[in-house]
Amino acid sequence: MFPKPKRLQTLGNIQARLAMRAGLFSHIRSFFERNNFVAIETPIRIKAPAPEEFIEAPRSGEYFLRCSPELEMKQLLCAGFERIYQIGACFRENERGKSHREEFTMLEWYEVGVDYCRLLEFTTAMLRDVSLKISGTDKINFRGIKIDLGAEPEIITVNDAYLKYAKISSAEALRRDIFDEVMDELIEPELGQGRMTFLLDYPACRASLARLKPDSCDVAERWELYIGGLELANAYSELTDAKIQRSRFAAEAAARTNTGMNLYPEPTEFLEALDYGLPECSGCALGMDRLAMVFSNATDISEVTLS
Amino acid sequence: MFSTSDLKKGLKVLVDGYPWLITDFDFCKPGKGTALYRCKMKNLITGSTMDRTFRPVDKIDKPDLDEREMVFSYVDGDFFVFSDSATYEEVHVGKDVIGDKSFFLIENSDCDVLFFNGAPIDVTLPTFIEKIVTETEPGARGDTATNVTKSAKIDNGYEIQVPLFINQGDTVRIDTRTGEYAERVSKA
Repeated sequence: MFPKPKRLQTLGNIQARLAMRAGLFSHIRSFFERNNFVAIETPIRIKAPAPEEFIEAPRSGEYFLRCSPELEMKQLLCAGFERIYQIGACFRENERGKSHREEFTMLEWYEVGVDYCRLLEFTTAMLRDVSLKISGTDKINFRGIKIDLGAEPEIITVNDAYLKYAKISSAEALRRDIFDEVMDELIEPELGQGRMTFLLDYPACRASLARLKPDSCDVAERWELYIGGLELANAYSELTDAKIQRSRFAAEAAARTNTGMNLYPEPTEFLEALDYGLPECSGCALGMDRLAMVFSNATDISEVTLS
Repeated sequence: MFSTSDLKKGLKVLVDGYPWLITDFDFCKPGKGTALYRCKMKNLITGSTMDRTFRPVDKIDKPDLDEREMVFSYVDGDFFVFSDSATYEEVHVGKDVIGDKSFFLIENSDCDVLFFNGAPIDVTLPTFIEKIVTETEPGARGDTATNVTKSAKIDNGYEIQVPLFINQGDTVRIDTRTGEYAERVSKA
């Protein structure tokens, strides 16, 4: 007789949560199928990740492991797809914590002809539907509180959240270089309490690949979804202007060089597709491991993933 | 120097001139922002706690800590004297450092003395010690299964809670981490 290895004990302990996770994935796929989204699989090893100042793609030989399938999926939109989704592994170097893994599972989807507000409604409907399918109710317990997914979500702008919870404007927090610390310590814990919270309209310097608001170009049409203080999803009205995209990439790449991060080749194929034309569209990336945490009331991501 | 990627629960770091033990750690990253390394820390000298968040660019100093196996020899006024069994070097450790652990210090027992910048700041005792019960109510028979306890004193006056079947003169084992009764070693 060999003793039971500790790892097997751990795996046995999370068996029920892994089964719940499997059901969650199946309901999510079914929701997208019913809404006429095409399931896509883009490569996991890619030549040229999008340069982002604070996200590092691990090297894989001459390639990189993707941090996100964004650039590859947007090329499909340029080629004529209108509704696509993907569930797959993504990688971020040195990200390991109670709700982070270097390898995690991302749900990402795009829809042509909608903006980030329409996307917010779609996401809300999806989570309610999935909750009902999994547990027969849209009321869940997570992190010691009851959360009603059926309730009208809270929608609050980034600046209003900074004023409300930190008594400082988001612009002032950026100027004093405490934007992220304030977000982490004072704002995020207040979000998604009792119902879903969509935090929206991020400062332009945190636009990432989002377009700026037409009537107020100091904020980007971007939102993040929170449930029980946990950030679940990031979405935007996509930037379609190739010229602006090139200059943002250049700025991000310069910031990466300054901090000694991996040098990426220029994402030429993506930029050429953008030159050709990306239709007006929106997209969202949602962490599936974290969603599994929410629906199984887990306190640590290790309870819902093997990575 | 440590970099932030070294941070984890259990690591000892030097912050604001004090040595700290990281008692809880989490990696955070508010949407598309910088990574934040959130630490709960316990001061190894004062015992106080604090939260500190580091950024990836931060460098954290290593404390000059040294743990040595030493034998407790004797009490000298306000000091407890430990000696290195190899070099016979003696170290005087103050009452403030030992605190309530003095109840469990037994002559010639092996301890670990922790030094910070050359000065002793903590002593780890053997996990279990044996003591004779000098005072307790007479034992009750047949009551070994319940959690009912009674007070008992050991030779230096320290009071512990013991099961009802313990009698005066019994030898008991005490867990020095909690200061609580662990089991009976032998009867009187």
